[in-house]
Amino acid sequence: MSKTLFDKVWDSHVVKHIENGPDVLFIDRHLVHEVTSPVAFLGLKNRGIKVLYPERTFATADHNTPTRNQHLPVKDPLSANQLKALEENANAHNIPYWGLGHKKNGIVHVIGPENGITVPGATIVCGDSHTSTHGAFGAIAFGIGTSEVEMVLSTQCIMQPKPKSLRINVNGELSEAVTPKDVALFIISKLSTSGATGYFAEYAGDVFKNMSMEGRMTVCNLSIEMGARGGMIAPDETTFEYIKGREYTPKGKDWDAAMEYWSTLYSDDDAEFDKEVTFDAREIEPMITFGTNPGMGIGISKDIPLAESIDGSPATYKKSLEYMDYNEGEAMVGKPIDFVFLGSCTNGRIEDFRAFASIIKGRKKADNVTAWLVPGSHKVEAAIREEGILDVLTEAGFELREPGCSACLAMNDDKIPAGKYAVSTSNRNFEGRQGPGARTLLASPLVAAAAAVTGKVTDPRELMQEEVLA
Amino acid sequence: MAYDKFNILKSSAVPLPIENVDTDQIIPARFLKATERKGFGDNLFRDWRYNSDGTPKEQFVLNNPIYSGKILVGGKNFGSGSSREHAAWAVYDYGFRCVVSSFFADIFRGNCLNIGVLPVQVSPEFLDKIFKAIEADPKTELEVNLPEQKITILATGESESFDINDYKKQNMLNGFDDIDYLLNIQKDIEKYAENTPL
Repeated sequence: MSKTLFDKVWDSHVVKHIENGPDVLFIDRHLVHEVTSPVAFLGLKNRGIKVLYPERTFATADHNTPTRNQHLPVKDPLSANQLKALEENANAHNIPYWGLGHKKNGIVHVIGPENGITVPGATIVCGDSHTSTHGAFGAIAFGIGTSEVEMVLSTQCIMQPKPKSLRINVNGELSEAVTPKDVALFIISKLSTSGATGYFAEYAGDVFKNMSMEGRMTVCNLSIEMGARGGMIAPDETTFEYIKGREYTPKGKDWDAAMEYWSTLYSDDDAEFDKEVTFDAREIEPMITFGTNPGMGIGISKDIPLAESIDGSPATYKKSLEYMDYNEGEAMVGKPIDFVFLGSCTNGRIEDFRAFASIIKGRKKADNVTAWLVPGSHKVEAAIREEGILDVLTEAGFELREPGCSACLAMNDDKIPAGKYAVSTSNRNFEGRQGPGARTLLASPLVAAAAAVTGKVTDPRELMQEEVLA
Repeated sequence: MAYDKFNILKSSAVPLPIENVDTDQIIPARFLKATERKGFGDNLFRDWRYNSDGTPKEQFVLNNPIYSGKILVGGKNFGSGSSREHAAWAVYDYGFRCVVSSFFADIFRGNCLNIGVLPVQVSPEFLDKIFKAIEADPKTELEVNLPEQKITILATGESESFDINDYKKQNMLNGFDDIDYLLNIQKDIEKYAENTPL
């Protein structure tokens, strides 16, 4: 019987199927961070059991960490306590722990792929919804709640009904200044934040075939924002080249054996999907959001849609615009902004910093803008220095912070003040997401850079045009 | 760890007729710093419920004493966003045992089921009827009957059936959790793991 990529990986991990119930799914690799794990470890303690397979478990601190002075004790006592709890739990259960200051420390979804923990055909979970990132490698990866973290710690399994399948095709060639982030925001704007709920997505077509691994990670990362538990892309030469030689990827004979399996990981020609959608790459322009969920995005040159033209409740739509202090029919270009945030598991990798630097090179940060540039990991930070990007940033009046989730969810001090506008490369523009009362405009690193140097929402193509003319 | 059993719940309900209520609204990230599962109810819908100085926002439904009960009724796509189980804990800790909506985000739905809060998905039409019934009489009662998988507006007798898989239904009825089940089949799991390289 022909199978989808998702079927192949899922079916091979089912330990037991429960009639009219969930599957018991074996989890190959479990990523753990400080915020969603302490209650799970407490559960193990109460039951008197240990982590079943610590060698399949990896812990890092990222959500609740400062992005300055990481060598000093963490000031917030609650945060410090949570970090201490993770360290103690990791030590008590022999789990590799990459805490603050460790050279492998960083955002959990950045360091997984960086260190080769993420491989094709694996099942990967973490108590974080953006675990979908790892699907870029042809893995089944999804976010779980703390009860499920406890399940995986104690039994390396999770109980999940098999989701329905959705294929998203984007064919053709992307236009200038259109990045993977724009592709994802475009898809979410078409499907809405609940359009893929109940499904697991596969991304296919020219655009994803031609995309770098980091770009694929950005796209898969945002799968959850259209409601899908996860999204995946069939592994290919780009994937194998990226993972080869990384610390936790197989070596020698094991690599050959793995390659044999990985090369079978694609959707069969006649595989059937429960739902399939297709878009033309040329329809996509640089995107920006104007509302309070990631589905409220438009091409940057467009106007904010009228309430009567949207699906869903007009009252909810108006409440959202009211929060943003925007009106229907207004243009996004030219809107003043106060903050720029470059970072997060969505856009905190080296290619994102390269893109950002390409726009700001030879320009200056606008005086009215506060910019927080936060690398996704120490490895990303090292690359920023090695490639000379730090010099470009410094020259333009920007400074680099230390790795972590930072203003994406604003658990630490990196909070956008109430009423202020932030162009952010992160993944959620929910009310108060980046701080109580903060207003978030989600966009790509190019759009963020254009805003950072002009102090307002600016089409990056204009600045790129200037460069060509110069 | 076992949780409360759920059988038949008869209660008035708190209406929140807003779509896409995300987990950052249910519990903002800055309240996720605890290492134990307690006290989350105080911060349920924190920024909708309180001003920045901590005074209550009187127009918000949880601050309106005419609404109360163990059932929260929300608009479409309830619980979208993050995987934080803290959102479900906050709902539970505040005193809700059931959330009704016309559509739930996946992870939130699963998290509720894992801690003994019943997510009841109804049709958009029935959701509308519930909102209207509460509007007409804030004390109106709903009956959520898990054994029969039926929700009824008691004042009008209108009812609708809802879905839940048999496995989860039994768990909810008996207060069992998944870990009890998984620990019982640990031998099968270990056998599977032996044949699965890292």
